[in-house]
Amino acid sequence: MAAAGFYRPDGTEPNAVSQSATTGTASAQLGRSRGSLGDKLFAGAATTSGVLVLVLLGAIIVSLFIGAWPAFRAFGLAFVTTADWDPVQNVFGAAVSVYGTIITSVTALLLAVPLAFGIAFYLTEIAPPLVRRPIGTAIELLAAVPSIIYGMWGFFVIVPFMADYVQPHVIDAFDGVPVLQDVFAGPPFGTGLFTAALILAVMVIPFIAATMRDVFMTVPAVYKESAYGVGCTTWEVMRSVVFPYTRASVVGGVMLGLGRALGETMAVTFVIGNSNRISGNLFGSGNTIASLVALEFGESEAGSLKLSSLLALGFILFVISFIVLAISRLLLRQVKA
Amino acid sequence: MKFMRVSLAIAVAGVVGAGAAQAQQITGAGATFPAPVYSAWGEAAKAAAGVELNYQAIGSGAGQTQILNRTVDFGASDAPMAPEKLESGKLLQFPAVMGAEVAIVNLPGVKPGELKLTGELLADIYLGKITKWNDARLVELNRGVALPASAIAPVYRADGSGTTFVWTAYLSAVSPDWKAAVGSNTSVKWPAGNGAKGNDGVAATVRQVKGAIGYVEFAFAAKNGLTYTQLRNKAGQFVQPSLETFSAAAGNGDWAAAKNYAVSLIDTQGEKSWPIVSATFIELPKDPKDAARSATVMKFFDWAYKDGASIATGLLYVPLPTAVQDAVRSSWRAEIKAPDGAAVYK
Repeated sequence: MAAAGFYRPDGTEPNAVSQSATTGTASAQLGRSRGSLGDKLFAGAATTSGVLVLVLLGAIIVSLFIGAWPAFRAFGLAFVTTADWDPVQNVFGAAVSVYGTIITSVTALLLAVPLAFGIAFYLTEIAPPLVRRPIGTAIELLAAVPSIIYGMWGFFVIVPFMADYVQPHVIDAFDGVPVLQDVFAGPPFGTGLFTAALILAVMVIPFIAATMRDVFMTVPAVYKESAYGVGCTTWEVMRSVVFPYTRASVVGGVMLGLGRALGETMAVTFVIGNSNRISGNLFGSGNTIASLVALEFGESEAGSLKLSSLLALGFILFVISFIVLAISRLLLRQVKA
Repeated sequence: MKFMRVSLAIAVAGVVGAGAAQAQQITGAGATFPAPVYSAWGEAAKAAAGVELNYQAIGSGAGQTQILNRTVDFGASDAPMAPEKLESGKLLQFPAVMGAEVAIVNLPGVKPGELKLTGELLADIYLGKITKWNDARLVELNRGVALPASAIAPVYRADGSGTTFVWTAYLSAVSPDWKAAVGSNTSVKWPAGNGAKGNDGVAATVRQVKGAIGYVEFAFAAKNGLTYTQLRNKAGQFVQPSLETFSAAAGNGDWAAAKNYAVSLIDTQGEKSWPIVSATFIELPKDPKDAARSATVMKFFDWAYKDGASIATGLLYVPLPTAVQDAVRSSWRAEIKAPDGAAVYK
C-alpha cells in the first residue's frame, strides 16, 4: 500500500495506468492480428519438430524390425539366447554380444559413478573457486574427445599396461579366492571385457560428473545454509540435503552415461578382444552389439541372413536402451512417491 | 612477338588442360586387399591411359551389393562371387591381380622367415589344440630355434574380410578337423584367440602381445617389418614367402578348368609354390547401361595387365600369367555386349 501511495503523488496515476494498460492491450491485439499467420506458422513448425522426433524414432524401429524379420523368423525368440555366431553355417545368435554389452556397460558404471560423484562433490562443495573453472572445463573437454581417440589410447597405452602390470597380479592375488578367482581369470592379453569397461568408464565420467555438478548447484543455498546452521558437516549436507533434493536428476545423468556406454562402438572394438564366445570372466575377450555390427557390416551381402541378424542385433540394442529408460523412469517414480 | 608467345603458351596450356579434363572417369567399389594396387594403377593410368579411377575400398560384400545395384561401374571382391549370383546379376567376373598371405609371430629372438610351420600346425593352433610355443610338434620342426614355454595367442581379423576368407580356405584345405569344425568364410566362428580390426589391427596386436600369432597379406608384413614364417607346401618343401614362390603357385593353378576364373591357388602343387595365394576379382555388367564407361573399365584393366605389372610387383602383388590375361580379353570380347548387341571391347 505504501508503494501504491508512492506511485500516486498527484492522483493522476490511476488514470495514466489504465490508459497505458488499454493502449497496451490494443497494441497487443494489433500485433496478434498482424502476426497471426506468423504465429500459426511458428506453432506449426514447432509442432512439426516435436512430432518429427517421434516419427523418426518410429521409422527407425519399424525399418530395423523389417530388416531383422528374416532373422527372427529363422531363429525365433531363441535368437536372443543363442550364444552362436557362425557365418559359415549361417547360425546366428545375440547372446554373446548382449552379454558383452551389458557386462561392459554395468561394470563401466560401477567404476564411473563413484568417481563422477567425487568430482561433482569436490567441485560444488570443497574446491576453492579458483580451481572450479579449470577442472570443470577439463571435464567438458573430456566429453568432447572423439571415441576413436579413446580407442587408440586404450589399445596402445591401457592394453599393454593391463597385460604387463594389472592382469597378472590381479589373477595371482585372487587365486584361490572363491568366486573372485573365476571373475578375474583368463589369459593376461590386456584386452577383454574389463579393459573395455575401463575405457567406457573414462568416456562416461564426464557426462555423469557434469550432470551431477550442474544439478548439485541448483540446490537453493538457504537449504544448505540451514543445514550448516544446525551443525551439519559437509558430507552430512551432501547426504541429507543435496543428494535427496537432486536424486532424480542424478539418476538421469547416470542413465545418460549408461546410454552412451551401451551404444559405444569404436573405442570398445579396439580393446574388447572381439571374440564371439562367453568367457565367463572379466579378463576374457568378448563382443558388444555395436562393435559386432560395425565389424561385420562391410562383408554382409544384401539380403543375407547375416545382414538380417545384424539388424536384429540393432533392434535388440534399441529394446535394451528402452528398458533402461523405462527402469530409470520407474525408479524416479518410486523416489517421488 | 611477346604477345604471340604468350597466346601460344595459353593455347598449349588450354590443350593440355582439356586433355586432362577429358580423362574418362570410372568408379569401382569393393575389396580392401587390392586397394593399394588399384589406387597406384589409377594414379598412373591418368596420364598413361587417360582413365581416372575412383575406387572405394568398402569391403567385398558391399562392393558386390553395389555392382548388383549398378551404382558403380565395376565391383571388386576377394572371394569369387557365387556362380548363380553372377548369373542372375548378369555379371562377368575376371581376376585383376594376385596376392599372398603369411603367418606373423611375436617371438623375441626369432627373425623373419626363421620359424617353420605347416598348415596342420596352424589349424591346430587356431583350433586351440596347440597352446604352448614349446609344444613337441613345433619344437621338432624347429630344431635350433629357441622356442619359449609361453602361451600362444592366436589373433584373427574381427571384421569380415577377404583376408579371412583366404586364410580359412587354406586351413580348411589342409586340415579336415578345421573344415569340419569351422569351415571358411569372410568371418567364421573362431574357436580360440582374439580378434582385431583390419590388417593394421592384427599387426599391432601381434606386435604388442608376446607369443601372439596372426595372419596378414605379405605386402603388409614386408612393409611393416613383421616376423613372418616359412610354410610347408603341398610338395612337402618349406618355402619362404617371396614374389618367386607366389608366381610359382599362380603358374600351378588350374586356370583352364576354373569357371568364372574362380581358380583356387590355395595349396597348389609344385616344389616352389607358396601355399596361400589368391586372386582378387572384378565384376563387370554384361549388359552395360553406358557402353562407353564399360569400355573404359576394360581399357583400364587392359592397360593394367600390359603396363601395370611393375607397379603391382613393386607393391608385392603378383601379376596374372599372360595366358590368363589373354583369356580375360577374349571373355570381354565375347560376353560384354552393348544394347545393340555389338561387342563393347574391341
